Amino acid sequence: MTTPHDAREALMTGRRSDGTAVRRPLSPHLQVYDMLQMTSLSSILTRITGVAWSLGTLLMVWWLVAAASGEEAFARAQWFMGSILGLLVLFGLTAAAWYHTLAGLRHLLWDWGFGFELPTMYSTGRMVFIGTAALTVLTWVLAIVFWG
Amino acid sequence: MATFALPKNSTIGQGKVFKADPQAKNVKAFKIYRWDPDTGENPRMDTYEVDMDKCGPMVLDALIKIKNEVDSTLTFRRSCREGICGSCSMNIDGLNTLACLKPIDDVTGEVKINPLPHMPVVKDLVPDLSQVYAQYRSIEPWLKSETPPPPDEERRQSKEERAKVDGMWECILCFCCSTACPSYWWNGDRFLGPAVLLAAYRWIADSRDEATGERLDNLEDPFRLYRCHTIMNCTRTCPKGLNPAAAIGKIKQLMVERQGA
Repeated sequence: MTTPHDAREALMTGRRSDGTAVRRPLSPHLQVYDMLQMTSLSSILTRITGVAWSLGTLLMVWWLVAAASGEEAFARAQWFMGSILGLLVLFGLTAAAWYHTLAGLRHLLWDWGFGFELPTMYSTGRMVFIGTAALTVLTWVLAIVFWG
Repeated sequence: MATFALPKNSTIGQGKVFKADPQAKNVKAFKIYRWDPDTGENPRMDTYEVDMDKCGPMVLDALIKIKNEVDSTLTFRRSCREGICGSCSMNIDGLNTLACLKPIDDVTGEVKINPLPHMPVVKDLVPDLSQVYAQYRSIEPWLKSETPPPPDEERRQSKEERAKVDGMWECILCFCCSTACPSYWWNGDRFLGPAVLLAAYRWIADSRDEATGERLDNLEDPFRLYRCHTIMNCTRTCPKGLNPAAAIGKIKQLMVERQGA
């Protein structure tokens, strides 16, 4: 597959004072822009957590397949989920799932036409962060209380 | 396509340092992006130390002072120096804004100045705006009406109808918003970007305009409109305090409404 042609390519050719052609530089973007401000940070985290959560469902598929294929396979899956690494991954996936869900609700509000004012954007963004932390901890507390 | 790194010819090197007068007590350093088509070298960051006791309060004042007194080769656009012409839009301290409206005191430490992001550079702080202008042309930013105007008066609007274009007619086309948008960086060849979509909605919302259906048809496209993912860097950075993200949201709502949802 060839890369589709980018119409902006034509503008990358400039002229020197003597009229000869010169390749223009592209001005810096990610390199200089404040990407950690609320707007871009909350946006990119939505995508990252979405990808993480999608990959995380593979873990659940493995767990279910292991449960269906027999005692030994299931014990292996259970061992991994209960290991330090497994628990860390599961904890991260819980946070990713909550963040993506709450950020999704924020997007739903925008789609309904609400929350575009800057102060609202900041407060809903903070609510997503705080909500993710609180619900992740709550999920694990409940999990430990009932299954621990 | 999203390419996160800069092309080889665009990476930025260390530049020259222009020291302030040793007698100056209140010195501020300005690190400014430089690229000269005649040298064939990569861009560099030059540092200019400016005596703030002898400089106006805004970043544009410092740029003009540097060009007048230190280095006349420094190239940038400017005109009105009061936030109405939109010429001196650039990236200052990591955010796009107008140099004439940005107080130097707002920036702690050295003031980093770059051209509007992800654009072809003509020279120094001057980007090529042909693409955004062509995209602006594509939304036909003028009143379209089949109904002839009354012979003896202008087309009338109620105060409420007139108020619907508030927050949009004020746009000065500085393109701070479009060049702050990561979606526009990666897909600016086909995505129209916040400035042009705000302009599109300005005409959709105008009660005198009769081409709403045609305008929406033109925007109904996976790229032209729907590359907007409500990141809201546009609204955050607009030096005029406008809200392109909200205008784009309204266009998306109209798209759903006209499908009879």
